[in-house]
Amino acid sequence: MTAAHQVYLLQARQMQALSFSVHIPLVCFGIALPAMVLFAEWLYLRTGDELYRTIARRWTRIMAALFAVGVITGTILSFEMGLLWPNFTATFGGVFGLGFAIEGFSFFMEAIFIGIYVYGWDRLSPRAHFWSGVPIAIAGVTGSLMVIAVNAWMNHPGGFRMVHGKAVDIHPLTALFANSFLWPELTHMYIAGYIVAGFLLAGAYAIGRLRGKWSRYERTALAIPLTIAALASPVQVLVGDWAARDVASSQPIKLAALEGLAHTTKGAPEHILGWYEHEKIKYGIGIPKLLSFLAYHNPEATVAGLDTVPKDRQPPINVVRFAFQMMVSIGTLLALLGVWLLAVRIRRKRLPESAWFYRAVALAGPASLVALIAGWVTTEVGRQPWVVYHVMLTSQAVTGAGHIVVGYTALALVYLAVAGGVAWILLRLARAPLRERDPPPLPPAASPAS
Amino acid sequence: MHLYEIPLIFVLIGLVLYVVLAGADFGAGFWQLLAGPHGERVRDHAHDSIGPVWEANHVWLIFVLTVTWTAYPSAFGAIASTLCIPLFIAALGIVLRGAAYALRAGAQSARERRPIDLVFALSSVITPFALGTVIGAIAARRVPVGNAAGNLWGSWTGATPLIVGALAVVTSAYLAAVFMAADAQRIERATHGREDERSLIDGLRTRALIAGLVAGAVALAGLLVLHSDAHFLYTRLLRGSALAVVILSALAGFATLALVARERFEPARYSAALAVAAVIAGWALAQRPVLLKGLTVRQAAAPHDTLVLVIVAVLGGALLLFPSLALLFRLVLAGRLDHGGERAAAGAAAPAGAQLGRLFEASRAGMLARLAGACLLAGFGLLTVAEAGWAHGLGVLALLGFLGCGFFAIVPSQLADQ
Ligand code: HDD
Ligand code: HEM
Ligand code: HEM
Repeated sequence: MTAAHQVYLLQARQMQALSFSVHIPLVCFGIALPAMVLFAEWLYLRTGDELYRTIARRWTRIMAALFAVGVITGTILSFEMGLLWPNFTATFGGVFGLGFAIEGFSFFMEAIFIGIYVYGWDRLSPRAHFWSGVPIAIAGVTGSLMVIAVNAWMNHPGGFRMVHGKAVDIHPLTALFANSFLWPELTHMYIAGYIVAGFLLAGAYAIGRLRGKWSRYERTALAIPLTIAALASPVQVLVGDWAARDVASSQPIKLAALEGLAHTTKGAPEHILGWYEHEKIKYGIGIPKLLSFLAYHNPEATVAGLDTVPKDRQPPINVVRFAFQMMVSIGTLLALLGVWLLAVRIRRKRLPESAWFYRAVALAGPASLVALIAGWVTTEVGRQPWVVYHVMLTSQAVTGAGHIVVGYTALALVYLAVAGGVAWILLRLARAPLRERDPPPLPPAASPAS
Repeated sequence: MHLYEIPLIFVLIGLVLYVVLAGADFGAGFWQLLAGPHGERVRDHAHDSIGPVWEANHVWLIFVLTVTWTAYPSAFGAIASTLCIPLFIAALGIVLRGAAYALRAGAQSARERRPIDLVFALSSVITPFALGTVIGAIAARRVPVGNAAGNLWGSWTGATPLIVGALAVVTSAYLAAVFMAADAQRIERATHGREDERSLIDGLRTRALIAGLVAGAVALAGLLVLHSDAHFLYTRLLRGSALAVVILSALAGFATLALVARERFEPARYSAALAVAAVIAGWALAQRPVLLKGLTVRQAAAPHDTLVLVIVAVLGGALLLFPSLALLFRLVLAGRLDHGGERAAAGAAAPAGAQLGRLFEASRAGMLARLAGACLLAGFGLLTVAEAGWAHGLGVLALLGFLGCGFFAIVPSQLADQ
């Protein structure tokens, strides 16, 4: 690989990383928001209480705006499959492409029914309107299922043989769905969607509460997403542990990078914090045998070290390790926050009253975003230098066109502008008076301050 | 017909639908650009007539991309790498357009709308142009096989790609004028003339006629360009079945003009679409069996299993897709999703069950909470402690059960009542 090639490979990787980091937070709302909107609308249908309708309508606007941005960022990603990685697509399109082709249909369903749902408020009968939202929620699941299947295949490829640089003997269904890696990844991402969307949405109302806006409307709109996120966060720890055991068995080098384990070790210790340098963790807190126990449920198990592969086949260790530790620590804190809410709910049957709780919820939104991106850095950077694990190097996948920096800069500027636009419209939606065309609100059931 | 050609037919159908449906959207942006500072009316109408179908129309492009890279991966790699510049321009255009569209919903004054509309309109012209040059470059065989093996600039700046790009822009404008006129007429009829759309309809009719003539002229100019720039395509276009289809296209084009002149916009929609479809079909027939320079469709095709699965997936997906699309378009064309189509829906839900529901929920909540706890324990045991794959599967289900039961046990709506 020439030096110039190196440089633009790096640029291509960064452009890919940028595009994903923008798309994936939006995807979380695509996964989780339809279900929350439908829940609010369902409450309205059951109780006839206008308050729930207001909530559902307001969230619908957020859903529509974020969906539109999710679509364009996803379109960019589709283009990048060819613009940045033409060799990857040219070689393996026949293996993994089916996943995207199926996904295309789920996008169709989502787009069609979002059109009906968003424009159908007040125009369809309440029941028909509710049902027109159900396909959106289903499509959010199937859409992510297919992409994750592709990503799981890249991490744990199967369903084909390589002969002279060509994929032969291709079985797309085996490649995509008979893959043990898929299930933890899908579950973990799906729950992450609920955590991120739940905490971010609840965080907006938590900030409102800290500023004294606390009518029944705010309390309800906080309670729904917060309950979901609070339940999902402890579960995420269990699922993340499952994902880690799967990494241990199918990508031992990634595990070694996550843990900064230089040499193959029997009864390997786990290091918390610290920095990997000269084949050691500096300034970390070591816990003997914990890694072997976590990865293989046996404190004496042997864990493969980075030295099992040459240096140029190792991922950038500190990046991966830092991202992983970031995700795990945030995940643990979020789980504790969730347990706090559940405990108050069980013992006192109400929402917590401490202002600290609401400060923590306001922080939890951005923190869960960080965990989300950190998780993807773990997965994707941890897979480097391979694009298809042990089959194709990322440097073999990249385009020969060069000058990626121009595209990268242009995309970064455009995304910056789009981010500004999205922030602007979300603020607009948040500040819009509670009811525009609707009749005046029902008197709040409880006094505004509690 | 061979197995390896079937996915290509799907791609072409997707391309036709994209050009017609998304093209009409792009064209709406084009007219916004030309509407000038006083064109608020045209702009609003253009925006409204896109509304509910906007997202769905653009998924056709994703469909074209994904089926191409699955069924003809090597061709996709070659096209995307050599034509990366126009493709990237198109991608940025799509981002800007989509963002502008989403933002317009939040704009409250004409002053705020103006810059947004400008971005929308400019990207509506640039995007189809760039995508047109891509088609033109493929048709003129300027894309060799391999990773960025062609000339990054020269491949798409020749006469053929440029004229196809121009054709894409005027065709979009033409389609948009016809579609928007049909929408305006529909609104006028639905409201029995209460909404005065007359001046709008007249304006759109003139625009449709002009754009139709210009599109025809560009298409003819395109033939001349092909004659000198891509002679092989020219000769094959004017021979056999390709010629028949080209003639069909011309006839449909004339028919559309006649229909527009008589203000029969609804049938004009379909004849305009037919004209576009015939152009694409003619191109495909003329090019057959070559996909890219030195690469036939057969050589480019993925192995047998992949092709079969793609075909099954597309047909299966179509079973779901077309009824849904039909529903969407029926609602739109019946005016059910228009502005002003609101029905008095408030109060339609039955509030009577409210008290009962609460009581019911309260007694159920305790049971659900216990069930949730049991699910959590089971999930921990099966997913975290147990080793077998099947146990993990059950464990995940148990944890999902925990989430579901837990959510309904907590009853967030009551939590808020305090
Ligand atoms: C809200 C987000 C979030 C939270 C709180 C966590 N994760 Fe995570 N994690 C992700 C979001 C995420 C993700 C969605 O970003 C990833 C990237 C790929 C994937 O499947 O999920 C991920 C990947 C990922 C991987 C890598 C899998 C691979 O390489 O394929 C491991 C080992 C874990 N996670 C483990 C954990 C543990 C032990 C956590 C808790 C303590 C945790 N995660 C919390
Ligand atoms: C299909 C599903 C895929 C998903 C979900 C996915 C996810 C991600 C994410 C989130 C990142 C950002 C990591 C960061 O912030 O640094 C990333 C980076 C990256 N992805 Fe993927 N990816 C997918 C497919 C691909 C494809 C098709 C390629 C290329 C062939 C690819 C190659 C890369 C590379 C090279 C990086 C940059 C890594 C680095 O910064 O070192 N990924 N991916
Ligand atoms: C290589 C990777 C990816 C590609 C090529 C891609 C492509 C796309 C495209 C084209 C869309 C627009 C759909 C439309 O037009 O309606 C989209 C939206 C979406 N994508 Fe991605 N995507 C990728 C990564 C991901 C990942 C990692 C996830 C989830 C885990 C995901 C889940 C979704 C969902 C749920 C939507 C629906 C839109 C929304 O709700 O915002 N995608 N994606």
